[in-house]
Amino acid sequence: MKIILNNRQEEFDASSITVSKMLELKKFTFRMRIIKINGVLIRKDKYDSTVINEGDNVQMLYLMSGG
Amino acid sequence: MKFTDIKSHLGKFRVGIAGAGGLGSNCAIALARCGVGTLVIADSDIVETQNLNRQYYFADQTGMLKTEALKENISRINTSVKVLIQNLKLNESNIPSVFEGCDVIVEAFDSNDMKKVLVETVQLQMPGIPVIIGSGLAGWGNNDTIRYRKIDDTLYVCGDESTTVSDELPPLAPRVGIVANMQANTVIEILMNKLTE
Repeated sequence: MKIILNNRQEEFDASSITVSKMLELKKFTFRMRIIKINGVLIRKDKYDSTVINEGDNVQMLYLMSGG
Repeated sequence: MKFTDIKSHLGKFRVGIAGAGGLGSNCAIALARCGVGTLVIADSDIVETQNLNRQYYFADQTGMLKTEALKENISRINTSVKVLIQNLKLNESNIPSVFEGCDVIVEAFDSNDMKKVLVETVQLQMPGIPVIIGSGLAGWGNNDTIRYRKIDDTLYVCGDESTTVSDELPPLAPRVGIVANMQANTVIEILMNKLTE
């Protein structure tokens, strides 16, 4: 399936994947992050149960300490 | 558009500032100079000497509550800005009431744990209210790594999104000020776009 991840097209060998799986496949290890799928914020405790489907728009950003 | 018209438009809005440290104090000053009508500033810390390398306070204000000191500094620049201060630690349960009625909220915390609490709370409990995040400002130089990104109509991020402050990479006035002013610039853009809505 193809999705949009931070405005770029990404392809995965599956018809859908969970947020946790996407993070694992992309090797995104930094834990302080915000994820939105199609404009909806996904809390960390929902990463295992939230599914990303074909055509979804996934936005991710890192929160770095300092201010 | 003339500045007098810009100022009278911005005067209609209320902006929340979550944290009055390096990001929050500098951002609030920029918004006050532009004439934003009301600023709601929340923080529980006092001004300390070590803050003066980047935060908009003065040496004779050490020991004062940051909210009180910032209100005083804003009043010395623009007396027409209404400054509402909240001397408290923000958390998931008080954020919606503290920032009730705000048109935009600026995320200006130091710790990324608090950044996350603010962003998640506003996005989930205050739908439609834009949040401007500051993320990544440690150290010096590297002007070209600092950027602005619009995630969607309710979420914007300013900063390099990669550096974390540490003893060896402290926050310094220039990069903190750049990000704080980028956040202020984003607030102004969002509010000015309301002219045509």
